[in-house]
Amino acid sequence: MYAFIEAFRAALTSLMGHRMRSFLTTLGILIGTASVIAVVSLVQGFSKSISDQFADLGGSTLTLQAYTPFAEASVGKENRLSFNDVDTLRYRVTGVDQVVPTMFIPMATAGYRGRAASPQVLATTAEYPAVRGNYPEKGRFIVASDDVGRRRVAVIGAKVIEDLELPDDPIGEFIRVGTEWFKVVGVMEKRGEIFGFNQDSIVLIPFDVGRAMTGNNVEPRMSVSFTAVSLEDVEALRERTKRAIRASHKIRPGDEDDFRVEAADSFVKQFESITATATAVLAGVVSISLLVGGIGIMNIMLVSVTERTREIGILKALGATRRDILVQFLLEAGLLALLGGLIGIVLGIGIGLGVASLIPGFPPASVPLWVILAAAGFSALVGVVFGIMPASKAASLDPIEALRYE
Amino acid sequence: MIRLAGIVKRYVMGEETLMALAGVDLHIGRNEYVALIGPSGSGKSTLMNLIGCLDTPSEGSYVLNGRDTSTMNDNELAQVRNQEIGFVFQSFHLLPRLTVLENVMQPLVYRGMPRAERKVLATQALEQVGLGNRLGHRPNQLSGGQRQRVAVARALVGKPSILLADEPTGNLDSRTSAEIMALFDEVHRSGQTVVVVTHEPDIAAYCERTLRVNDGKIVQDTRNPPRVPGAGQGGH
Repeated sequence: MYAFIEAFRAALTSLMGHRMRSFLTTLGILIGTASVIAVVSLVQGFSKSISDQFADLGGSTLTLQAYTPFAEASVGKENRLSFNDVDTLRYRVTGVDQVVPTMFIPMATAGYRGRAASPQVLATTAEYPAVRGNYPEKGRFIVASDDVGRRRVAVIGAKVIEDLELPDDPIGEFIRVGTEWFKVVGVMEKRGEIFGFNQDSIVLIPFDVGRAMTGNNVEPRMSVSFTAVSLEDVEALRERTKRAIRASHKIRPGDEDDFRVEAADSFVKQFESITATATAVLAGVVSISLLVGGIGIMNIMLVSVTERTREIGILKALGATRRDILVQFLLEAGLLALLGGLIGIVLGIGIGLGVASLIPGFPPASVPLWVILAAAGFSALVGVVFGIMPASKAASLDPIEALRYE
Repeated sequence: MIRLAGIVKRYVMGEETLMALAGVDLHIGRNEYVALIGPSGSGKSTLMNLIGCLDTPSEGSYVLNGRDTSTMNDNELAQVRNQEIGFVFQSFHLLPRLTVLENVMQPLVYRGMPRAERKVLATQALEQVGLGNRLGHRPNQLSGGQRQRVAVARALVGKPSILLADEPTGNLDSRTSAEIMALFDEVHRSGQTVVVVTHEPDIAAYCERTLRVNDGKIVQDTRNPPRVPGAGQGGH
């Protein structure tokens, strides 16, 4: 144990004896670790903000969407949901609590005093905020009577205010959506961006108004979110929904569904698997740079062993065993790499935070503890692994020849 | 104490085989003061390396303090070097990055001794050689004689039974040489075995026994006449 502490001390002394060289040697590890930490912190921050947004949807929310198998899509066919499907969900499936159809109004532009923008126009019902976990910040949301009365009212996102240069409090203003005029009754709370798509560039109008705008003859692009009465029932409800929709679409047994029923958390899972893959790929790329850093350490350690041949001979004459010498050089390589790793971690966190704050709207970088520990551990490991060759070379030197070395 | 029987050491250099030692039989008893002399290439350094367990013989047996070294593995040999033998070299061989004190503490590291204890023993050893006031210096801040005294302190700190010196005065002027030899006299008086390799007759004169090595053999083994204290100093 004392010998180990002493070897540690000796390794430190030797590193401090060549400060500049030690720093340059470990630069490869330093840069490698810094880039891992920076990249991972950005990806993690991004992924965290998305997970948080999806978490708002709640685990009990299911979504019914049209689905077109690839074979059909390739011949230009596209499956869509119909208004019947909304009714099927509402009245023919037990255990369904709230149903919120969301219809995408295609190619609708918005205008205000000669200015135009192309927000996403969605027609939906009064339950939307509760099901999506997204509420109006100012004014009110669409209410049931808006639907019944086909009232031309709109709830808009923050980006629309910006794009159309509406007054800060736009409640009561009239904006044009498509060919019709809508009165702004509310502003939704901000949701930020996902995949570069601004979720605040949105105009929400009553569902039946949207239905009237697209006309009954056109099959609208639509998805339906719905909640289960009880949380435990989600999986069973999903099965019941599938059966009911298959029946109403008259899909023969054995044929593929032309729709998908997904729980909200499945988005999160999908997204997490995407970020996990991205992280793995990046980690792979970056570990190559650590490999290069390790080779740099091995190189300098080999030089150092040659340079210190006589010192090794002296230590052997004084009674150092192979193991003593091996441990000392391994520690030296490990410490060198660890030092680079630690500086790299600090630098990487700095870069991550800096980049995240420089890009507007980018979520703040988040550095999980495991990443820091893994980076520190891995860099030390690289040092030890690449130190093995030089260290065993040092340990196996013949004492007499080492003493004679000039 | 040191018992060599039929020691042969061969070096293979490419096609040629070099016979460094060609059958050496030797016994050195406890508390002897021995000089190994001979021209360069005679094999005296090889002999010293074998005695110091830095090297192993090609043939023959070497029994050190009752233990046969030919059966020892690398670790056991390292242990013998650490505990039984203290080396002093011609070019001092101090570790340049360590202080004088740390240099002397170094052999004790391999005994697994706590740092505080090492410090005490090393300080004592340095005081013994008259360098108690130079503990924090680096070797390059010392004169040649002082460096060699640090080396002697390092050799003695572990209380080895044998002190092996390879041309200890080779890099020193005559006055400092005398100082170092006086130190060896003292070591000898305190009961340790001292073996000095040298090619200078007046250094060999300090010792009680002279072994002349030539062509890998001991050709002469003489007892020196008792020396008048102080007589060697004016040798040059």
